[in-house]
Amino acid sequence: MSTSTTDPPLLRAGRLFRDNPVIPLLIVLFLMIVVLEVMRPGIVTPIRAGRDGLISTFWVGNLIKFAIPLAMLAACQVLTMLTAGIDLSVGVVATVSAFVCATLSTLWGVGPAVLVALASGLVVGLANGIGVGHVRVHPLIMTLGTGLIATGCLQVYQRLVINAGSEIPGFLVMLGTGRTAGMPNGLFLFVPFAAFILWLMRYTGFGRLLFALGSNENATKLSGVRAWQVHLALYALSGLIAAIAGLLYLGMIRQTSLSLANPLLLPSVAAAVIGGTSIFGGRGSYAGAIVGALILRVLDTMLTLLQMPEGARTAFFGLIILAVTAIHVRIAGTR
Amino acid sequence: MKGESGLLDASGVAKSFGAVRALTDARLRVAEREIVALMGANGAGKSTFVKIITGALKPDAGEVLIRGREAHVGSPAEARRSGLVPVYQEPSLIPDLDVADNLKLGDTPGEPFIRWVEELGAEGLSLSDMIGDLPLATLRILDLARALASEPDVLLLDEMTAALPTDLVDRVLKVVRAKADDGMGVIYVSHRFAEISELCDRATILRDGRTVGEIEIEPGVEERAVELMLGQKIDLDRGRIAAATPADAERPRLRVTALASVPKVSDVSFDLFPGEVLGVVALEGQGQDELFNVLAGFTRPTGGSIEIDGQEVSFNHPADAIAKGVAFVPGNRAEALFPQRSVTENIALPFSARFGSWGQRKARREQDRVNYAVDKLQIDIRAQSEVQRLSGGNQQKVTIGRWLAVGVETLLLFDPTRGIDVRTKRQVYPLVRELAENGASVLYYTSELEEVALACDRVVVIFNGRVVDVIDSAEADEQTLMRAAYGLTATDAAS
Repeated sequence: MSTSTTDPPLLRAGRLFRDNPVIPLLIVLFLMIVVLEVMRPGIVTPIRAGRDGLISTFWVGNLIKFAIPLAMLAACQVLTMLTAGIDLSVGVVATVSAFVCATLSTLWGVGPAVLVALASGLVVGLANGIGVGHVRVHPLIMTLGTGLIATGCLQVYQRLVINAGSEIPGFLVMLGTGRTAGMPNGLFLFVPFAAFILWLMRYTGFGRLLFALGSNENATKLSGVRAWQVHLALYALSGLIAAIAGLLYLGMIRQTSLSLANPLLLPSVAAAVIGGTSIFGGRGSYAGAIVGALILRVLDTMLTLLQMPEGARTAFFGLIILAVTAIHVRIAGTR
Repeated sequence: MKGESGLLDASGVAKSFGAVRALTDARLRVAEREIVALMGANGAGKSTFVKIITGALKPDAGEVLIRGREAHVGSPAEARRSGLVPVYQEPSLIPDLDVADNLKLGDTPGEPFIRWVEELGAEGLSLSDMIGDLPLATLRILDLARALASEPDVLLLDEMTAALPTDLVDRVLKVVRAKADDGMGVIYVSHRFAEISELCDRATILRDGRTVGEIEIEPGVEERAVELMLGQKIDLDRGRIAAATPADAERPRLRVTALASVPKVSDVSFDLFPGEVLGVVALEGQGQDELFNVLAGFTRPTGGSIEIDGQEVSFNHPADAIAKGVAFVPGNRAEALFPQRSVTENIALPFSARFGSWGQRKARREQDRVNYAVDKLQIDIRAQSEVQRLSGGNQQKVTIGRWLAVGVETLLLFDPTRGIDVRTKRQVYPLVRELAENGASVLYYTSELEEVALACDRVVVIFNGRVVDVIDSAEADEQTLMRAAYGLTATDAAS
């Protein structure tokens, strides 16, 4: 029964940070951009009035563009982590969705291809939901398992359509690479999406149940909540979001591969954790995760500017994610 | 007293947990060839005393001598070496290993173990059986055989006969008696007078953390024991808030008939009327936990029926019970709260529970209901952003307030005043009465007997999984309740 007045200042600061993670995270983001500007003068604020004004909308637009699919996958992690779960199948689901869409577009046309791609994400999500909610498999194992199964299915599927070629639907290219007033078109998708997630978490009964499940599952049962229903809906939603993110990513990268979006998995978890979501459940913020995704993109740019070889960059990136996450957990005192 | 040489002598034992004084001056002596019952009502400090004697806890003051030498029992292992072997209610056997491996872990000699198992009458047991596959009764027999095989000086039996069928009980009592006649001392922790008067030589009685009596077992000893366990209660404000008899209730809200949930609940029947607070009184572990779990929809009964407003119901999940207007407030508030969430979220959660209410929340209506509950219960909401920062009493109010906000017809309160301060307790009783006056039915389990007079209309007494008595609260003085809770009937008292 501690009252906040008697706690040491560091703990109080930690708690303040834990409850309102967005503002300090924005400060961190700003400082990192300043460092970036020092490393490479002109990247953020072009001194010569050139291509685009005082602050480089090109660079800012690029930063945002690549943060969008990451932030969407981070939504999957925030939502599942609220219930003390996690969704490790999102990378594979996004890849499957992109691959299915690109290959089916040539065979069946764009409309059906997009629908089938989204359905594939939904199916994996439903499988996760049944496994976690009904069979009570741990989410870590369950989503890792379905991810593996989906990867295998994708390889089989590839054999079947190997001669069909692939085609990336025009509207996805426009959404993924086009710009309006210097800002990426992806925002037309992402802004309503983010608003939806924020609304879901803050103003709906479903959102409240997610926080409650992660805080004390027994107490939700006592209140009449059937947890399996919530888990089923949650993981299905997560799979659907991952499939949508995969389509956007396809339009952005404009090529298909059997591991297209897989590398986004760890950063999506990291963005959620950096953004103040507790992996132990019951606490989280999507606004924080969005800033977390931006921070990770700036970090990636920094490592690129240092001209490290690809392998070292990847290793360093992983190291930094772990370090930032560890520091964050320590400061915010999340359990 | 039979033997003169003392085997175990514990005296002046005191122990506090923070501000709570569990023991102030506990004393227990066991001589050779002697079986001593250790008795006390709920909260008298019995389990703390047992833990200290067996070395699981260190006392703040006092000493425990075994054969006249101070036993520096820092750990259960040391207590065992000095000759004191306990058999607890929960068998201390590892479920994933077979019987033989469990014996090896405890350095139990195999041959005498098998002899004792046969002696105790557990048939058809093989050393390669997995512990996890064996029924509870067999495990308790194994645990006892293992303890006997290690040739203890003093054997401590904690509710040894709970969960045992009658024939095994007889065998166990006989074996223990025979072993004691060979020179062993026995501490027999039990609620059961019948067994105590058959088996024991003396009884040591604890009340409020001190030993208040060491009495010889003789006919009529039950009365004396009950008296000692109750003591001279300080008469705290007997302003009875109870209780007109329930208003012309022709049909019960909740009718429970021959309800069973093996192994703990065997036969429970009662009617709970609208506008009534029905107390439940039972010693620890008599099946009341399981009864409430069944009524709340957490577990399925193994027999009997539950009717609500005349209709038979079957609950698969608490959601089913809530749909019928039955809500459960557990005794341990940690089970019911979302510690990091706000008071409002904690109280309003049931509004979002059903699939149909997953969309946009009706914030205005929700807040109205929450405010109503907070006002009604006078919850101190200065620290409302996280329920875990509230005091224990206020947390308890939140768990009750949840169902006040929702508005249920039947409330199952399991020891709602456990561990909260007197002032808050005084707020709970009138609230429960008021709920009943407005037509709700309340089933109210309490571990504190004086609460019956303050809150209940009638009281059912449960002993060993059965309803043994139903008493009007006007006649339910603590003496009567305590006797009933120990399974003593009126005829026993006369003899």
